[in-house]
Amino acid sequence: MIKLSRFHLSVASAAVVLALVGCGSNVKLEEAPVSDSTATAVGIDPNAAGNGQGTGGVRPVVIDESKLAEPPASVARVVYFDYDSFLIKPEAMGILEAHAKFLKAGGNRRVVLQGHTDERGTREYNLALGQKRAEAVRRALSLMGVSDAQQEAVSFGKEKPAATGADEASFAKNRRVELAYR
Amino acid sequence: MTVRLNRRHLLGAAAAAPLAPAWGQFRVEVSGVGLTQIPFGVAAFRGGDQASQDLVGIVRGDLERSGQFRAVPPVTQVSLDETSRPDLALWREKSADVLLTGSVTRLADGRFDVRFRVWDVVRGQDLGGLSLPVRQADLRSAGHRMADYIYEKLTGEKGIFSTRIAYVTQGGGKHTLWVADADGENGQVALNSPEPIISPSWAPTGNQLAYVSFESRKPVIYTHELVTGRRRLVANFKGSNSAPAWAPDGKSMLATLTLDGTSQIYSVDLATGSQNRLTRSGGIDTEPCWSAKLGQVFFVSDRGGAPQIYRMSPQGGNAERVTFQGVYNTSPAVSPDGNTLAYITRVGGGFKLQVMDLRNNAISSITDTVSDESPSFAPNGRLIIYATKQQGRDALMTTTLDGRIKTRLASAQGDIREPDWGPFVA
Repeated sequence: MIKLSRFHLSVASAAVVLALVGCGSNVKLEEAPVSDSTATAVGIDPNAAGNGQGTGGVRPVVIDESKLAEPPASVARVVYFDYDSFLIKPEAMGILEAHAKFLKAGGNRRVVLQGHTDERGTREYNLALGQKRAEAVRRALSLMGVSDAQQEAVSFGKEKPAATGADEASFAKNRRVELAYR
Repeated sequence: MTVRLNRRHLLGAAAAAPLAPAWGQFRVEVSGVGLTQIPFGVAAFRGGDQASQDLVGIVRGDLERSGQFRAVPPVTQVSLDETSRPDLALWREKSADVLLTGSVTRLADGRFDVRFRVWDVVRGQDLGGLSLPVRQADLRSAGHRMADYIYEKLTGEKGIFSTRIAYVTQGGGKHTLWVADADGENGQVALNSPEPIISPSWAPTGNQLAYVSFESRKPVIYTHELVTGRRRLVANFKGSNSAPAWAPDGKSMLATLTLDGTSQIYSVDLATGSQNRLTRSGGIDTEPCWSAKLGQVFFVSDRGGAPQIYRMSPQGGNAERVTFQGVYNTSPAVSPDGNTLAYITRVGGGFKLQVMDLRNNAISSITDTVSDESPSFAPNGRLIIYATKQQGRDALMTTTLDGRIKTRLASAQGDIREPDWGPFVA
């Protein structure tokens, strides 16, 4: 699973991650950090040729994490739950901590916690169960210091399954909370 | 069955009845013996072949689906209209207690004049009739009105054949809210959406639906005027908004909101949009269901550790637990007379429709399927519509309260679910 240490990636892999985010996510173009004023454009300063650095020099570009609209793609967006349970599993805590850190780093970042259930049971009751899961995640993030204004817990019940099989493996994939950034 | 037994040959005739034959687009399943059903005959209508709808078939299907009537084969292929003096002795030999005759005439303005007369075969009495001038598109409704006329004459209760149902289908990446005749025919699209639609609920006036839509990436409640398609967002509070249930006066609705974390029941004023919290449990309270007759709200709560059905005043306050058998009881619906509760219980890995007599708490399981959902009563309380799976396919079914007469309604394409039976309309 995801390791928190990857949040502090080397410059090189941060750039790779950014590239992935840029291609595969819904980051809006105008929000893409390519126009980031804190980054320095790649290019060779024609005036630098004579001041001792040599023409083969490379100036490193640093993408500041605080400018991302979403956490790096390496941070999972889904946490899973046991059957009939709303307890956040130990392995999910690391994921939520990464999200909490990211949310606290930017006060205008907003996340929607989308609770889901497996297909067993009535639609409306499952909607309430999914809400209970989303609410459990909301409370955990609050305890980690994320403000209420930055999060909303909602439920999709059993209406949006991640897996459509009628077996326990599919059910396990469906009992989840997805973290969606807005 | 509690059909009024005002027919003298009724019991004898019904005991000898074979399983009802299948007519038309649907199949009526009959289980059990000794059913008391009123045998009826329908003669071919004069001019009936001019109509684009099989009026005689619609009447026959409606009456059979009620569980209170049984068709006898016609004694003659000769058509009999509303002015005929039929030879009732021939129909009496076939054990028919009642006979429908009529005609269809094309009018100069393009409409059709559907006329009919009903005969009491046993007493040889004329039970009256009507003239129904209708547009071609409304021919089915003329059939349903004839069935309602016969039903009311013979049982003393209002028929539900002219009422409508709402349901949802899913297929091809599309979610569709439908409105159809009570027999499942004449389906019309009210809403198409790329996102799920659940919990349709008829307004008491029958001209609007409320439902939960996920079109804004979270559940919110809309009301939807059917004739105009005009929609109003009536509950879009932070968190989830679901389980709409109109108050009998149509001015407010109960809904499940999550303003304080978990799902709780609120009353939402439709004029002002303001909300008022009715339940205060730490857990889940949802699926409110109004009984105007009892002046109570039934709902589902997990306050006892597992979902059970409770009831309370429409103003909230103390709740009384209603279901005690089983560890998962949800989706309550109360009959209009307040005597019967329909709900879904989990049995093993299956979900089954149950009915509880609220006067003595006797429970019966009335289906042999295991994926039952969303029960809803017909406005005369004689039938329940519900969704289930039959032979692996989604189906909408109607059943009598004793489970003996079931009909699978003709279905549109794709998964079909979430039925709600509309009110009587003027």
